[in-house]
Amino acid sequence: MLNGTCMYKKDKTSQKKITPIVADNLSVSFGSVNILNKINFKIHDKDITAVIGPNGAGKSILLQTINGLTNIQKGKITFNSFLHSDDIRKKQALVFQNPTLLRRNVLSNMEFIANIYKNIDKNIIQNSLVRCGLGGYDQKSARLLSGGEKQRLSLARALLTKPSILLLDEPTANLDPFSLKLIEDIILEENKKGTCIILTTHDMAQAKRLATNIIFMNKGEVIEQKNSKTFFNKPETNEALKYIKGEILL
Amino acid sequence: MNMNIILEALNKAIELVITTDESLFEILILSFKVSGISLLLSCLLGLPLGTLLAIKNFWGRNSVLILFNTMMGLPPVVVGLVVYLIVSRSGPLGWLGILYTPTAMIIAQMILITPIIVSLTAQIVEEISQEYKNLFTSLVVPAHKAIMAYLYDARYSILTVILAGFGRAISEVGAVIIVGGNIDHLTRVMTTTIALETSKGNLSLALALGIILLFIALITNFLLITIKMNAKRHMYV
Ligand SMILES: Nc1ncnc2c1ncn2[C@@H]1O[C@H](COP(=O)(O)OP(=O)(O)OP(=O)(O)O)[C@@H](O)[C@H]1O
Ligand SMILES: [Mg+2]
Repeated sequence: MLNGTCMYKKDKTSQKKITPIVADNLSVSFGSVNILNKINFKIHDKDITAVIGPNGAGKSILLQTINGLTNIQKGKITFNSFLHSDDIRKKQALVFQNPTLLRRNVLSNMEFIANIYKNIDKNIIQNSLVRCGLGGYDQKSARLLSGGEKQRLSLARALLTKPSILLLDEPTANLDPFSLKLIEDIILEENKKGTCIILTTHDMAQAKRLATNIIFMNKGEVIEQKNSKTFFNKPETNEALKYIKGEILL
Repeated sequence: MNMNIILEALNKAIELVITTDESLFEILILSFKVSGISLLLSCLLGLPLGTLLAIKNFWGRNSVLILFNTMMGLPPVVVGLVVYLIVSRSGPLGWLGILYTPTAMIIAQMILITPIIVSLTAQIVEEISQEYKNLFTSLVVPAHKAIMAYLYDARYSILTVILAGFGRAISEVGAVIIVGGNIDHLTRVMTTTIALETSKGNLSLALALGIILLFIALITNFLLITIKMNAKRHMYV
C-alpha cells in the first residue's frame, strides 16, 4: 500500500511532459547589456529546431536560457506551461559550445553522471561512448582530447540521462566528415525516439538536412521562426534572405 | 675561522648522521612531530575553511580572504612573540602552563601555516568551481557532490599546498625558539638547535642538522615539482 503510493508519485513526476516550450516576450541581460530582447517562439516535442544567425546573435545564450542558466529579466519561458525548475532541468541536457570536461579520464567523466542520475550502468556508458565514436577511449585524459573528441564526449555524456529536451550548441563545429555523419545520425535517431532537439549551427546545409523548424536570430532578437522548408525557400525578411545568401548583416 | 675547523665539523656532522646519533635523532623526531601535528591541525582547519570561502558568498568574504592572504607573510618572530605573551605566566592563557612546551610550538606553527592552507585552498577551489559552474548547474549536481568533485579534481594542487605548509613549518625558527625555548630533551628542534649551537660554536651538530634540513627541503620540493608535472601531463590541474 505504502509502496504503491510512492510508485504513483514517482511516476507522476518522471512522466511529466516538458514540451511544448514557449517563450513569451523573453528578455535576458547581463548587467545593463540586453542580450536577448523580447523573444517569442514555440517549440513542439517532435521538432528538431535549428537556431541560426550570425556570431553574437545570442544563440548560445538562448540555449543556456532554455536550460535555465541565465537570469530572465522580463517575460517568461514555459515548458508544457510549467516554469523552470530543477526537475525540468534534469530532463534536459545541454552540450555547450565549449564543453567543460572534468579533470579526469573519459570513463570517469561518464561515471560522474551515473553517480548523480539513477539507472545508468556500465553498459549504458559504454554504449553511449561507442555511439559517439569513443570506444576504447576510457583511460584517456578528457582534457587532452582533440576539439572534436571533446565535443563527442560531451554529447555522449548528455545522452546518458536520456533527456526529453536535448540542447546542442554547435555540436558538429569541430568534426571531420565521418564524425559529422555519426553525430547527425545520432541526432535523428534520438529525435525519432521522441527527444525534442534544439541545436545551433552555422552550416546551412546541416540545418536543411536536420531541422524541421528554424529560428533565425540577429542581435538578440528572433527575426523569424518558420518551418524549415518555408524558411529556406521563402524567407520573409530581408535579413534572413541576406544571411542565407551569405551577405554580411549590419 | 680557518677552513680546517669547518672541515672537521663537517666530518663530525656526517659521522653523527651515519651513526644515527641518539641526541640528533631525538631532535629530528621532535621536529617532525611538532611540524607534522601543526600541519595536520592546520589542514583540518584550513582545508574546510578555504573551501567554504571559495564557494560561499557572504558579506565580508573578501575582507576575510584579504586577511588570510596578508597573514601568509606573517614574520615568525612576531607570531612567536604574540603567542609568548598569550601563554606566558602573566598572559591570558598563562594558566594552561604550556610555555616552553611542544604544545606552544605547535600553536605558533599553526598560526603560521593555517593562513597558507586557507588562502591557497580558497584560490584553487574557487578556480575549479568557476570552471565547473555552468556544467554543474546544468546537470543539477547536489552541493555536497559538487564540493567533493572540486576537492577530488583539484587534489594535486591541494597536495602541493599541504607540502608548502610543511616546508614552512619544518624550516621555521623564529616562532618556535621564542615559545619553545630550545630546552634539551624537551623542545629542541632542528632549526632552534642550529641557531643556538652555531652561536655557541658547536658547529658539528648544527651542520649535521643543517644538512638534514636541506635534504628535507630538497625532498619536499622534489615531490612538489613531480606532482605538479605529473598532473600537468594529464591536464589534471
Ligand atoms: N557572460 C556574458 N557577459 C556579457 N555578455 C555576454 C556574456 N556571454 C555572452 N555575451 C554577449 O552576448 C552576445 C550573444 O552571445 P552568444 O554567445 O549567445 O552568441 P552566439 O549567437 O552563440 O554566437 P556564436 O555564433 O559566435 O557562437 C554576444 O554579444 C556576447 O558578447
Ligand atoms: Mg554560440
